[in-house]
Amino acid sequence: MLGDLPILSLVTFLPLVGAFFILLIRGDEAVVARNARNVALWTSLITFLLSLELWFSFDRGTSNFQFVERVEWLPEFGIAYHMGVDGISVLFVLLATLLTPICVLASWDAIRNRVKEYMIAFLALETLMVGMFCALDFVVFYMFFEGVLIPMFLIIGIWGGPGRVYAAFKFFLYTLLGSVLMLLAILYMYLQAGTTDIPTLMAFGFPEGVQAWLWLAFLASFAVKVPMWPVHTWLPDAHVEAPTAGSVILAGVLLKMGGYGFLRFSIPMLPDASALFTPLIFTLSIIAVIYTSLVALAQEDMKKLIAYSSVAHMGFVTAGTFTMTQQGIEGALFQMLSHGIVSAALFLCVGVLYDRIHSREIARYGGLVHRMPRYAFMFMLFMLASVGMPGTSGFIGEFLVMVGVFQANTWVAALIATGLILGAAYMLWLYRRVIFGKLTKSDLMDILDLNPREIAIFVPLAVLVMWMGIYPSSFIEIMAPSVSSLIENFEIARAESARPELAMIGDFVDWVRGE
Amino acid sequence: MAQAYGVALPEIFLAVVGMAILLYGAFRKQEDEAAANWLVMAALGGALLLVLYGAGGPAIAFNGLFIADGYAVFLKVLILIGATLAVLMSLDYLDRAFMARFEFPILLLYAVLGMLMMVSANDLISLYIGLELQSLALYVVAAFRRDSLRSTEAGLKYFVLGALSSGMLLYGASLIYGFTGATHFDAIAAAFADGQQAPIGVVVGLVFLIAGLAFKVSAVPFHMWTPDVYEGAPTPVTAFFAIAPKVAAIGLFVRVMVGPFGDLVAEWQQIIVFIAIASMVLGAVAAINQTNIKRLMAYSSIGNIGYALVGLAAGTEEGVRGVLVYMTIYMVMTLGTFGCILAMRQKGRMLEGIDDLKGLGRTQPMMAAAFAIFMFSMAGIPPLAGFFGKFYVFMAAVNAGLYVLAVFGVVASVVAAFYYLRIVKLMYFDAPTEAFDRPLGWKLGSVIAVTGLAILLFLVLPGPMLHSAGTAAATLFNG
Repeated sequence: MLGDLPILSLVTFLPLVGAFFILLIRGDEAVVARNARNVALWTSLITFLLSLELWFSFDRGTSNFQFVERVEWLPEFGIAYHMGVDGISVLFVLLATLLTPICVLASWDAIRNRVKEYMIAFLALETLMVGMFCALDFVVFYMFFEGVLIPMFLIIGIWGGPGRVYAAFKFFLYTLLGSVLMLLAILYMYLQAGTTDIPTLMAFGFPEGVQAWLWLAFLASFAVKVPMWPVHTWLPDAHVEAPTAGSVILAGVLLKMGGYGFLRFSIPMLPDASALFTPLIFTLSIIAVIYTSLVALAQEDMKKLIAYSSVAHMGFVTAGTFTMTQQGIEGALFQMLSHGIVSAALFLCVGVLYDRIHSREIARYGGLVHRMPRYAFMFMLFMLASVGMPGTSGFIGEFLVMVGVFQANTWVAALIATGLILGAAYMLWLYRRVIFGKLTKSDLMDILDLNPREIAIFVPLAVLVMWMGIYPSSFIEIMAPSVSSLIENFEIARAESARPELAMIGDFVDWVRGE
Repeated sequence: MAQAYGVALPEIFLAVVGMAILLYGAFRKQEDEAAANWLVMAALGGALLLVLYGAGGPAIAFNGLFIADGYAVFLKVLILIGATLAVLMSLDYLDRAFMARFEFPILLLYAVLGMLMMVSANDLISLYIGLELQSLALYVVAAFRRDSLRSTEAGLKYFVLGALSSGMLLYGASLIYGFTGATHFDAIAAAFADGQQAPIGVVVGLVFLIAGLAFKVSAVPFHMWTPDVYEGAPTPVTAFFAIAPKVAAIGLFVRVMVGPFGDLVAEWQQIIVFIAIASMVLGAVAAINQTNIKRLMAYSSIGNIGYALVGLAAGTEEGVRGVLVYMTIYMVMTLGTFGCILAMRQKGRMLEGIDDLKGLGRTQPMMAAAFAIFMFSMAGIPPLAGFFGKFYVFMAAVNAGLYVLAVFGVVASVVAAFYYLRIVKLMYFDAPTEAFDRPLGWKLGSVIAVTGLAILLFLVLPGPMLHSAGTAAATLFNG
C-alpha cells in the first residue's frame, strides 16, 4: 500500500519528530501544556495509523523477516542499522503504537505539571520501544533496549507517587545490572561470529560449553525484565509509584521485552543451553505463578495487586516459551499480547478511581456499581479477561500455554494450573470489594462515571480483548510460520548436537576449568 | 636538523609564542588583563592547525627523542581542543574571582606544551622532561588563588605527592636503563624482541615506572591526591586538570606500555588489570557519599581512568583503540560537566554542593537537560556517547580473554550509575531552591551546548571518530 517507504524507520522515529516539535513550544504554561498534549496525541495517533500498514501488508505465509531495511552504520565493525519484523515481533510493534496514544489520553487531565517534558518522555519512550522490537542488529537492539531506562526513570521519578525516588532507582539499577551482563555476552558473540547481525547469529551455532554462560548472561537481563521470581521485586514498587500511564506502558510493553528476548535470542541462538536450562525456567515459572498469586491475595493496594498478578501471568509466558511446542510458544506470545492489553486496561481502571479519589487502597472503595455502572462493566470485562474467562483474550493465551506445557511435562502443567484458580480468587475478590457491596463512604456518593475521554480509552481495548478471545486466528496466523520455523531450527540444532544434557554439563565444567 | 624542527613545529611554535605573550604581559598596560587569555587561545588554535597540517607518517627527530606519529597527532588534537575550550570556559570565572592575571593562561600554555611533548616522547628522558614541564606548571595553577587556604593546600599537596611520584618514575627509569643499557624506546623494545626473559631488575624498574605513571593518571592506589586537589583548586583549574592532563598522561602510559615494553605484556598485564579493577571499584563506591560536586567528579575521574585502563590491560591494538575512543568521549563529557559546574553560581558566589542542584530542571531546563545528558552518558547508558566508550574497551577486554576484569567493570558501572543518577534525581525529582545566576554567558553556554549535542548525537555518525582512533592505534603497533 505504501510502496517502498521505510515503514519501520518511519514508525520508529516519527514520535521523536513530534518530541522535537514539543521541545520548540514556547509560551505561558497553560498554552504549552495544551499544545504539548495535542502534538503528542496527534503524533502518536499518526504513528499508530502508519503502523497499521504492518498489519495489512504483513505476509502471513512466511517466517522470513519483512519490511527489512539495512544501512551501513559501522562497516568496520560489521555493525549495521538493520531493521525488520517477523511474526514474533510485528504484533509487539502494534501493541506499543496502540498503547502510546492511549497513555497520552490517560494522562490528559492527570498530569498537570511539566506536561511538556512528560509528553517528550513518552514519545521518546515510544521510539525506543518500537525500535527495540524492530532491530535486527544486536548492538542496535541493545541501544534501544537499554535506552528505554532513561525516559522510564524520569517518568517514574518526576511524575510518580510519594516513594517515587526509591522506586525509580530500584527500577533503573536492577534492570541495568542485568543488561550489562548481557552486553558482555553480546560482545563475546560478536567476537566469535564477527558480526552483530541477528539473523546471522541465529544460524551461527555457538560451541556448547560456552552456550551455558551466554545463556545465563541473557537470563540475567531478560529475567529482570519479565520479571521472573526472585528478581521481580522492582515491579510492585515501580507500578505503585509510577503515574497511571507509566504503569500502563510498563505492564503493557516493557515487560514483554524479556519474553521477546527469550524468543528472539536465547532459544534460536543458544538452543543447547535453552534445552539444558528448561527445568530451571519451569521451576522459576511455577514459583512465580503460585507464590506471587498468593502474595497478590494479601495486597491492600490495587496497583500492587495487579502488579503481582502481572508477575504470575508472565510466569505462564516463560513456562510456555520453553515448552518448545507450537502451542506453548504461540500461547506465550498470545498471552503476552493479551496481558499487554488487559493489564494496561486494569491499570487504567485503577487510574480512573485514583484521578477521582486519589487513593489506591482497596478498603477506601466499595459499592461503586451504584454510581458508576459503565465503569463497573469495563472493569468486569478486563477483570474476567485477566482471570481467563472463555471469550476473552486471556483464555486463549492461558489455554494454549497449558496445552503446550502439558505436552512437555504433566507435573508442571498441574502446578501451573493452580495459578488459574488463584488468579480467579484474587481478581474476583478485588472486584467484589471495590465494585459491589454497600455504597457507604461519603465521598463516593457523588463520584462520576466514565467521561467520553475515558470511554474512548477503554473501548478500543475492550474490542481487542473480545476480538482476540472470539476469533484468535487473525493473530495466530501471523505468529504461526515464525513460531514453527523457530521450533524447526531448534530441533535441527538439537539433533546436530545430539547429546544428552548431562554431557553438556560436563563440557560446561571443563570450560570453566579452562580445558 | 631543519627537518627535525619541522617535525616538532607545533611544540616550538607554542614555546616561542608563549614567551612572546609573557613579554607582552610584562610590558603591557594594566587594563587589558584578559587579552593574554585570548592570545593563548589563539596560540593553542595555531598549534592545532600546525598539528593537523603536519600530520603524516611517523617522523622521528632529535636523535630519536621525539616522535610524531598518527597516535601522537590524535592525542595532540584532543589535548589542544580540550585545553582551548577549558580556557574559554574559565574566562568569566577568572574575571569574577579577580584571578585574571596574565600569568595564568601562560602557565596553562606551558602545561599544554609539556603534554604535547609527553605524547610525542620516544625516550625515557624526553618522557620525563615533558612530564615535569606539565607538572610544574600545574602545581602553580593549583595554588593560583594564593589567598585561599584550600587552594594553597591543594597546590602543596599536589606538589609533594607529585614530586614523590616523579622520584619513583625516575628511579624506575634508571633501573631500566641499568639493566637494558638504553633509554630509547626502540632500543629497550629491541632488548626483549626475541622473546628474551626480562631480568628481574627491569621488572622492578617497570613496576616503579607504572607507579609513577599511575600517580599522574590518578589510578588507584595512587589516587589519594585527586579528591583534595580537585576540591581545593579553583574550579576552572579543576576542569583543566580533569581534561587535558588526563588525556596526555593516559596517552603516555599507553605508549610506554605497548611501545618499549610491548613484548613484556605478561609481566605488566596483571598489574594493569589490578589497578583498573581497583580504580573502577573505588571510583564507583567512594563517590556515593560525596556532597561536593568537584570531589564527586574527582572520584568519577578515578573510575573513568579505570575504564580507560581496561583497554590498556588488553594490550592489543583493539585495546589501544578503545582507550583512545574512551578518552575522547570522556574529554567531551568532562568539558560539558565542568561547564555546568562553572555555571553553578548564586548572587555572584560559586556553589559546589550537590544539593544546590535541586530543582534545576524547573529553574534552568536547558542546562539541566545538558547536565542530565552528561550524567547518563557517564553512566554508560546508550544511546549516548559514553556507552560507546565503554563498549570498545570492554570489547577489547573480552577479546583478550579478560572476563573477570570485564565483569568487574560492568558491575562497577552499575554502582557508579547510582551516583550519576543521584544528580539527575536532584535536578528533576526535587523541588527547586534558589535559582542560579543568569545568563550563563556565551562562552560557557556554547561549550555546554556543543558538548551536549556531541554526546547526544554521537550515534548518528560515529564512523569518522572511531576510524581515526583505529588508525591512530594502528600506528603504535606497525609504525
